[in-house]
Amino acid sequence: MKIELKEISKSFGPVAANTKINLSVSSGETLGLLGENGAGKTTLMNILTGLYKPDSGQVLIRGQQREFSNPRDAIKNGIGMVHQHFMLVPVFSVTENVILGNEPTSAVNRINLKEAREKVQNISSKYNLDVDPDELVERLPVGVQQRVEIIKILFRKAELLIFDEPTAVLTPQEVSDFFMIVNSLKNSGKAIIFITHKLHEVIQICDRINILRRGKVVGEVNPKKTSNSKLAELMVGRSVNLNTKRKKIDPGDVLLKVRNLHVISDKKEKVISDVNLKLHKKEILGIAGVQGNGQTEFIEALTGLRKISSGEIFYFDKNCTNFTPRKIHQMGIKHIPEDRQKQGLINEFSLTENIILNTYYEADFSKNISLNWNNARSEAARVMKQFDVRASSESSPANNLSGGNQQKLVIGREMSRKINLLIASQPTRGVDVGSIEYIHGQIIAARNSGIGILLNSTELEEIIALSDRIVVFFEGKIVAELPSNTDPKIIGLAMAGVIT
Amino acid sequence: MKIALKIRQTFSVDKATFLDVFIIPILATSLAITVGLLLLLLSGESYQTALRALISLFVGSFGSVSALSETLTASTPLIFAALGIAIGFRAGLFNIGAEGQIIIGGLAAVIVGFSVELPILLHLTIVLFIGAAFGAGYAFISGWLKAFTGAHEVITTIMLNLIAFRLLDFFLRLPFIQKEGRNDPISKSVLETAELPRLLSFIDPNLRIHAGFLLAVLAVVLVYWIIFHTTIGFEFRTVGTNIHAAKYAGVNSSLAVILAMSAAGLCAGLAGASQISGVLGRATSGFSAGIGFDAIAVALLGRAHPIGVLFSGILFGALVAGGREMQVSAGVSLDLITVIQALIIIFIAAPILIKRIFPWFFPKT
Repeated sequence: MKIELKEISKSFGPVAANTKINLSVSSGETLGLLGENGAGKTTLMNILTGLYKPDSGQVLIRGQQREFSNPRDAIKNGIGMVHQHFMLVPVFSVTENVILGNEPTSAVNRINLKEAREKVQNISSKYNLDVDPDELVERLPVGVQQRVEIIKILFRKAELLIFDEPTAVLTPQEVSDFFMIVNSLKNSGKAIIFITHKLHEVIQICDRINILRRGKVVGEVNPKKTSNSKLAELMVGRSVNLNTKRKKIDPGDVLLKVRNLHVISDKKEKVISDVNLKLHKKEILGIAGVQGNGQTEFIEALTGLRKISSGEIFYFDKNCTNFTPRKIHQMGIKHIPEDRQKQGLINEFSLTENIILNTYYEADFSKNISLNWNNARSEAARVMKQFDVRASSESSPANNLSGGNQQKLVIGREMSRKINLLIASQPTRGVDVGSIEYIHGQIIAARNSGIGILLNSTELEEIIALSDRIVVFFEGKIVAELPSNTDPKIIGLAMAGVIT
Repeated sequence: MKIALKIRQTFSVDKATFLDVFIIPILATSLAITVGLLLLLLSGESYQTALRALISLFVGSFGSVSALSETLTASTPLIFAALGIAIGFRAGLFNIGAEGQIIIGGLAAVIVGFSVELPILLHLTIVLFIGAAFGAGYAFISGWLKAFTGAHEVITTIMLNLIAFRLLDFFLRLPFIQKEGRNDPISKSVLETAELPRLLSFIDPNLRIHAGFLLAVLAVVLVYWIIFHTTIGFEFRTVGTNIHAAKYAGVNSSLAVILAMSAAGLCAGLAGASQISGVLGRATSGFSAGIGFDAIAVALLGRAHPIGVLFSGILFGALVAGGREMQVSAGVSLDLITVIQALIIIFIAAPILIKRIFPWFFPKT
């Protein structure tokens, strides 16, 4: 089977998301689709899976033109997609999840679970997916849940499988398992489209790579004859410095000391148990770990957003356990939150309002209760200039900005005032390559200027590239403390809880 | 469109706010009046009657000095109360309790109005102040419950409304408050020193517009300043728009909720006090007359923007005044006004509908 997209164009108002895109994929082939956020990958796939109609252009399957008016049409034609965020019902079993919306029925509309269960079992063993059809989805690790999603579309007889950023939620071990599954699917004659912005993954797994930039295909590359830096250049449109230069410097005095920290979650579960760590001036301490192993709660505890049930935090030898977020912020501990849309910014507010979000009460921006918008606006203009935030004006709302510019705004806001310690959580999540390069540069410059940095990232590469020292979180504990030149495989094993 | 630009420059609002605060309400109102008149025709009335109803609606609200006076008189308590509800909306609170706050504020105002003897300006000031303070105090209960127990303000304000209705009946029968020689729930009248002066009595002493309207306009300016130019307003808006970001920014959200709710009650209390001092002169069991509920509609129509509230308050006042004229000269029931008000709210709540029906007013996105 061959699926072709011919001259596909799609605009949203004045914004052209896709411009005359041509691409094709055949059975037994893995096509990589590489591009930054906003390059048009998602729009293109939404066209292919029937969510959007293209303004012009054709979708051809086996040389015949098809039009999909909804995702159901697409799956009928053998096109299925595994989304970045899984669409599973946690309290249903694997089989129930797989058949949901497509239930095999016997007489009087009774669901034939037995037949369904067998089918699921068959698919699982045929492609070495190793999934128990009777297990409840909520009990499965993320990597297995992803395989349930794969079974779901195979059950609907998909011939083309589209994976959207499939490795974002996986540990390094799970990633290599996942690649084996992709290869076995390919070898059994499925066509695969693999969407990602991770360069080394496309090189490793794909047979062909198409690169999208600003809604256009800007190149097709043979992964065997390319390199990370060539791909990055195609993706961004200029040469990018991927290898962050980090001179070794000696760390200074202890800046932050965490002693026997215990934290309890909203659900009254222990999420942090007995964490100890020290952070020095002029040091970047990386927190590695698979998402959901207590890193979020740890950072919330440090920044005053979550109550500490026992243990102590010292900053410059001053006990600041359970201080309020404002007090901590005033002491020069600045926080780049992991979710800028939810915490770091108010989407509906203007850039100026966002710039004074957590400093509006300071003498620079208000007198008694009266806000000084002139000062706020000039501060916004200054931060935007210094941190390369591109926006039409400082009075436009934050949600008009791209992810990279939003993040630069948050980083600029936190780094441009009194700062001794920076707690940066997922500083480059959902950010374009150009901005990643810039943000990494800023973090290293801050460290060189004497600031201590606590870096939390689920991107292991980012941790390795930036950190002077690495601690690994697993199930709410620090299971390993490693130097920055440790073999990534060993860090990966610690992240999976295999070595402690 | 030139006028549009001028309005925008006068109030220095950006284009999106302009569409929100001016264009959508105007379109929604026109549409609601049109649909209301169509319903009138459907109910079997003649074209002539419908046309006369439409004309008398305008004549009765803006057609003469006395019509205008009636419109602004009716709009005054609506503007006060709706400003409070708008403050609530900005802080993410849905205050259904303006009615109860008006009652408590008005009741306190009337008591001080007839029982204390003071010089003219001082007495009036104290009456208004007491009305505002009691309204604020009554709303404070809901704010406090929300902040410290998580009780939803919609539930608590509705319940406090019911309590206020009964409290009013109870107080109005107390010998100290009840008018001498009456058996029905009616209070003594406020002293002349506590009355808001009528503004146009030099033209005709029957023109009811009083200084309360000027105070309402002043309140619009003040609330505008608070919402958009003070740290307190900034905190309200932060808490109301994104509670997670508010926590991150170190805003004390409990305090903000309590303050916003109390400020809302303060405005509603002023609505009650100005109605007592400016129009009614005394309290009866139904003196609040649903103003607190109509004010929710006014705040929604004004898109929770003080300037929007001013205009939509005047519009609702016009509907009240024009409706009376419509009833008299076209013989159409005042219920039509209620229907039109309800339709306005439906269209305001569904801006997409408005954008579909009148696409040429809106830039393509």
